[in-house]
Amino acid sequence: MFSTALTDLWYGFGVALEPHNVMWCFIGVFVGNMVGVLPGMGPLATISILLPLTFGIKPVGAILMLAGVFYGSQYGGAICSILLNLPCHPPHAVTCLDGFPLTKRGRGGAALGICVISSFVGASWGITEMIFLAPILVEVALKFGPAEICSLMLLGLLAGSTLARGSPLKGVAMTVCGLLIGIVGSDIETGTPRFTFGIPNLFDGVEIVALALGLFGIAEFMKSVNQLSEVDTKYTNVKFSDLRPTREEFRRAVPAMFRGTIIGSLCALIPGTGPTIASFISYATEKKISKTPEKFGTGMIEGVACPEASTHSSVQGDFIPTMSLGIPGDAVMALILGALMIQGIVPGPQLISEHPDIFWGLIASFWVGNIILVVLNVPMIGLWVKLLTIPYKYLYPSAMFFVAIGVYSTNNDMFEVGEVVLIGLFGYVLLLLDFHPAPILLGFVLGPRFEENFRRAMLISRGDIFVFVKHPISAVFIGLCVLLIVMQIYVRLRSPKSLPTEMALPGDHHRKVSEAAE
Amino acid sequence: MFGTLVKKRDFYAGGLMTLLGAAVTLDSTTYTLGTLTHMGPGMFPLMLGITLTIVGMLILGAAITTPLSDDEGILPEKPEWFAWGCILAGPIAFIILGEFFGLVLATFACVFIPALGDRTATLKGSAILAAGVTFFGVLLFSYVLKIPFPLFQLGH
Repeated sequence: MFSTALTDLWYGFGVALEPHNVMWCFIGVFVGNMVGVLPGMGPLATISILLPLTFGIKPVGAILMLAGVFYGSQYGGAICSILLNLPCHPPHAVTCLDGFPLTKRGRGGAALGICVISSFVGASWGITEMIFLAPILVEVALKFGPAEICSLMLLGLLAGSTLARGSPLKGVAMTVCGLLIGIVGSDIETGTPRFTFGIPNLFDGVEIVALALGLFGIAEFMKSVNQLSEVDTKYTNVKFSDLRPTREEFRRAVPAMFRGTIIGSLCALIPGTGPTIASFISYATEKKISKTPEKFGTGMIEGVACPEASTHSSVQGDFIPTMSLGIPGDAVMALILGALMIQGIVPGPQLISEHPDIFWGLIASFWVGNIILVVLNVPMIGLWVKLLTIPYKYLYPSAMFFVAIGVYSTNNDMFEVGEVVLIGLFGYVLLLLDFHPAPILLGFVLGPRFEENFRRAMLISRGDIFVFVKHPISAVFIGLCVLLIVMQIYVRLRSPKSLPTEMALPGDHHRKVSEAAE
Repeated sequence: MFGTLVKKRDFYAGGLMTLLGAAVTLDSTTYTLGTLTHMGPGMFPLMLGITLTIVGMLILGAAITTPLSDDEGILPEKPEWFAWGCILAGPIAFIILGEFFGLVLATFACVFIPALGDRTATLKGSAILAAGVTFFGVLLFSYVLKIPFPLFQLGH
């Protein structure tokens, strides 16, 4: 097993190091980092906006570029959180707690430096985990019948919607909405148009680009317009030489980094617990085992190293179910999977054997990309810091153009532009009603395959709805679903209105930060 | 009791989901339902519609049982009707101008109109921003990515 993994990895490096693939990876990381640094642009918005740019590229290059955009924007977001106390991405809310006080003390550069190292350590571990776990998972998953796939998807959807931010009930409602939006279009078996309101443009279904840009672009802009106060840039003067942490800081950060990595990779194994929860848990753990817990929140370097490492290790871990089972854990992964589908690639356990270049190339490119990230960020920190000062009032109108032209380019049709306006308006109404629209994307991407497998399972079992509990593997997944629901009810009855993430981190000022993140 | 209920945000959230679910449930019965063994196109939407209705009602139920908090306003404290209108009008202008006058004017309008939504925006500043984005955007999309979209045209 070990030697095959290494051979495959070697092959992957062959793919990832082809000059044009390195180029796409570099462009992805660079642009992702650049857009991610901009205050108010989270990874979801960044990926959605840049997704249409990858349509013209071959599948391998496109997916490498998108993955690059993703971790580039995530790192860019960390810069924004540490220097401006503005977390654009929920996992960074924790990084702010100690990152910003460090900045105020003039050690922001060191925090960024530690951040680069910890994300690299976390990511490397996550990638290693992926190399060895994904093929095993695939081997198991290839034996799954439609009933097992169906229950597994149900578990994925349930975990993705209930363990995310906000009320679990609302999360489920959003997932169901996503599944329904996924139904729009012609029925796969009979060709009957469903929920198309007689509009022929909708027969092919709703465009994922329009959905993502509406929910994470237009709706977010409507929420943030005139709301973001002037960013305080008086601490952002960070130069290349400031990045070097002192020996003492480094000595304290290293063990925290490794603890964060382990916590992150454990969280990645539990479906639905993405980077946000991983970062909260790791920060709480670090605080608990520290000799000076009271100093957390005043600028402890451990408080930056640990959550960053765990975020990155869990993000890489999230790629495991996404790439090997075709079941994304959160909206970001759903988008990347959607991009694969746009390229005509069917996600699922057969992906590794049918498109080994994509799978192993992607894994190898994670390393290539993370090295590019380090190389790019260390000397270019001055440029990124300058980008922080771009005010939102110039940002969102420019982004609106990318939204419009991006959805237009999916089919070269104005209809999609109209679609994005409507989805944006709907998304903003949802935001006003305290819904988090991210699970919509999850449901949307999984919906058609869920229905297909459900129908197939019913056909094979001759209409026996209990087939899902009769097959042992499927029964385990259903049991986990039930456990998840019972757990949610238990948590809710014991302490109403508290979220699992908030319980992980008692304290008064984190609430402010987590609200800022939303 | 109903008086406090209509003040709650979750009342509307749950209500919206219940209505959506009910609409989907009703609409899906117009498609062939089929049997469980041979499911027709209407079966899966019907199941989802029912699920959404139930979840919506549960949200409503939760709204009834939780006490009224002081932060129940649905609209933000300072509603930005003008800015929201501007943001939505941008892509709409993009559609109309793009259909009849080509990419350059469409792009300009798509940036210019949303830019006006900011409270501190000036006509001149927005126009400069829009001109800049138009220049680079056309360069990127028309010349580098070669999107089939005429730069200038008159009529459709």
